[in-house]
Amino acid sequence: MSDQTLELKGSLFPLSVLSCPDLSVSALQTQLSQKLAQAPAFFYQAPIILNLTDCQQTPDFIAIKQLFTELKLVLVGVCGASSTLKQQAQQAGLAALQLGKDSKAAAVAAAPASKAAPAVNTVSVAMDSKVVEQAVRSGQQIYAKGTDLIVKGTVGAGAEVIADGNIHIYGTLRGKAIAGAAGDSSKRIYCYNLQAELVSIAGNYWLSESLQGEFWSKSACVKLQDDQLVLAELV
Amino acid sequence: MAKIIVVTSGKGGVGKTTSSAAIGTGLALKGHKTVIIDFDIGLRNLDLIMGCERRVVYDFVNVINGEANLKQTLIKDKRTDNLFILPASQTRDKDALTKDGVERVLNELAKDFDFILCDSPAGIEAGAMMALYFADEAVVVTNPEVSSVRDSDRILGMLSSKSRRAEQGLDAIKEHLLLTRYNPERVEKGEMLSVDDVKEILSIDLLGVIPESQAVLNASNSGQPVILDAESDAGQAYLDTVDRLLGEKVPFRFLTVEKKGLLKRIFGG
Ligand SMILES: Nc1ncnc2c1ncn2[C@@H]1O[C@H](COP(=O)(O)OP(=O)(O)O)[C@@H](O)[C@H]1O
Ligand SMILES: [Mg+2]
Repeated sequence: MSDQTLELKGSLFPLSVLSCPDLSVSALQTQLSQKLAQAPAFFYQAPIILNLTDCQQTPDFIAIKQLFTELKLVLVGVCGASSTLKQQAQQAGLAALQLGKDSKAAAVAAAPASKAAPAVNTVSVAMDSKVVEQAVRSGQQIYAKGTDLIVKGTVGAGAEVIADGNIHIYGTLRGKAIAGAAGDSSKRIYCYNLQAELVSIAGNYWLSESLQGEFWSKSACVKLQDDQLVLAELV
Repeated sequence: MAKIIVVTSGKGGVGKTTSSAAIGTGLALKGHKTVIIDFDIGLRNLDLIMGCERRVVYDFVNVINGEANLKQTLIKDKRTDNLFILPASQTRDKDALTKDGVERVLNELAKDFDFILCDSPAGIEAGAMMALYFADEAVVVTNPEVSSVRDSDRILGMLSSKSRRAEQGLDAIKEHLLLTRYNPERVEKGEMLSVDDVKEILSIDLLGVIPESQAVLNASNSGQPVILDAESDAGQAYLDTVDRLLGEKVPFRFLTVEKKGLLKRIFGG
């Protein structure tokens, strides 16, 4: 114990920034609950920064913190705060962070949309795609709503990976992969080793028997060309 | 700190109970205080393989229901020091195990034991989930054939999503592949998957390969874990497996067809 020294180092972490025109507890509660219902696992205990750029009145930081805890989110700090708001946030035990260049642009970009339809805009700084670190096993289903899906392991036979965006699989694809699930025909499936039960892009699908041939058990890209599925070299 | 290890597979009849008995005995032989729990409520065959079926008075369900304490219920193995069995009930149904009850028993055992081995029932229903829920490590028993590998994949999914460690966001369960009933001749003929095939499909660390062996049948008929038959191929393979479980690096044996020597060919064997 005695020869262990304390270390303090700067680091960068991906955090989600929450922007919402109405920062009353009741508004946050309804809108956040809706958002979370779409992907409960994805946001479970996620660290969140509250964007105060357009904030007119003084939010009840203590109550908001409480709400986040109940929703299984972790409010770590605020950004874009005026000096008075900054002080109040700090009194509530929150960190006051500097808004980075990129996220400022993103937050501003989100603002007009939020006026038209008062929805919660979470701006994830470096976590755009859904990333699965392990293998997806038989019987499991993963859905990346509104984004790309990256699977670092294999997708087992009897497993299903679905994304509204593209799908990238760095292991072997033995199960089913469904890209462009919301109908976007420009989406693709990339995999390191193709042995799929089914691949589908925007509703056009091929079963494993149609995949036999040049690319079977090899790396491949699946895409749509003139409403027709085609296989191509990965690189 | 006691280590809780589940021996699981999804598919039935692949060698979970055989492996639980062998590995539990092996750990005890190495001086680790070990208890093997039979989670196969309603079937009960760990005690048969361990040869202690006539000494069962109380069982796991009795302990959970508070009808008996652990001291009264644990069966001390007669052959191996440091080894205890917590038998399953033959008369209850599978719903007799509750999460709270199991946790209470495991916590109490953890005070006293180095290793707690949970012999899982087949399937992916409540009983199997209960056996794996509290595990720190998992021995996934797989036979070299497609349906068994598929079920193991399924169980691996459960381990990484439905266990206590997964639900509480703790470090993942350490997963080990134990390939049993391996028959190199049939692998050569292409009738069975090879070690490499299975490793590639499941992509987890290989803990051991146990050959298909008459010694296993002899052992279970005589109610004696096969690991005690140190002359046999399966016994030796389980000894290696236990060493690896304890962190040693041991080369794999019995993976290829044994070429019979001239003498053996003449005199048989
Ligand atoms: N390595 C092996 N060689 C030959 N037979 C085996 C081997 N392992 C298990 N068996 C046999 O397979 C059957 C099922 O084994 P068991 O351990 O009861 O499986 P499980 O607990 O998974 O249902 C038993 O008859 C057992 O003797
Ligand atoms: Mg069994």
